[in-house]
Amino acid sequence: MNAPLYQFGLFGNDTALLLAVPIGIGFGFFLEQAGFGSSVKLAQQFYLRDLTVFKVMFTAIVTAMLGLFWLSWIGFVDLSLVRVLPTYLVPQFAGGLVFGVGFVMGGYCPGTCCVAAVTGKMDGWINLTGMFAGIFLFGELFPFLEAWYSSTPMGEITLSQVFNLSQGTTVLLIVLAAIAGFYGAEKLEARFRSVGS
Amino acid sequence: MQTPKPYMNPYLAGIGLGLVLLAAFVVMGRGLGASGALSSFVTLGVNAAAPAHAQTNAFYREYLATPNGNPLNDWLVYEIGGVLIGGLISGLIAGRVGRKVDKGPRITISTRMVYAFGGGILMGLGSKMARGCTSGQALTGGALLSVGSWVFMIAVFASAYAVAYLFRRQWT
Repeated sequence: MNAPLYQFGLFGNDTALLLAVPIGIGFGFFLEQAGFGSSVKLAQQFYLRDLTVFKVMFTAIVTAMLGLFWLSWIGFVDLSLVRVLPTYLVPQFAGGLVFGVGFVMGGYCPGTCCVAAVTGKMDGWINLTGMFAGIFLFGELFPFLEAWYSSTPMGEITLSQVFNLSQGTTVLLIVLAAIAGFYGAEKLEARFRSVGS
Repeated sequence: MQTPKPYMNPYLAGIGLGLVLLAAFVVMGRGLGASGALSSFVTLGVNAAAPAHAQTNAFYREYLATPNGNPLNDWLVYEIGGVLIGGLISGLIAGRVGRKVDKGPRITISTRMVYAFGGGILMGLGSKMARGCTSGQALTGGALLSVGSWVFMIAVFASAYAVAYLFRRQWT
């Protein structure tokens, strides 16, 4: 048996849809457990008083990255069948800038606002409504944005390819950077918590 | 409502989230997402109100291209349904479910709601420009070492820190 299981035809599209539910349950569960159902908690990231967002995100990235790396190394997962989203440099950078303003203004991101809404946060519901409006706006503007949206295409390019490093070296460097980041995050929190409040 | 339980240790929650993401990679060969599911719902609405309009727009057409043409017949839609269930389970276990507006003490509820709505619009726009949000790009693409995802992630943090000062009264 080899993975990704779906890509190797272990089950069809209907089963895939059903399997999305438990995966989503795990996703929503850990988002809420981390405290991401609260905009006040999430926003503290940007005032350096509580760096939970950074810690959770990078621990998750490192965990999944290392897991995938090892599973492909022992020959279980065929990495070429794991879908890497293609890079469009300029729209993705610009989208990130717009998204960042929305994040600190609204207090949630698309996933966390669903968790906020379902646990009763009214600002989460309003934020979700705003997101629907924003996506609708983008959809209506799409005919004018289409060319720009597809500009600066770089294909399914990874950091290893850009920096001409082996995948193992890239993974190792990210792990080291994350550990340094966690150390710095603890120091920053200790400092800004005492000054901030 | 009883006193809420403390949040999970962030590193532990991160490992949990990472294992869920890894499970998605192993089972499906794809990662997690959120804004994509919201786009399917928007497409459902547009297609119901103005089918011809939706069909001529390449953006909506992408979300209509499911096996049976229903935008809700999509992996991320089922996944986000799970997110709602999982978030509710965790909130119920921890005693954190209840009607409230999350905000700092220095702003009114209506100001918070205006910011929540405005921020939502920007996040909707930004996630579509970038082909994904913190789930599909930052988390998933980050773990797959995708260049665009790391560029997106750096841009999100850079701009959020750059404008955080303007919104400080909202949170403390």
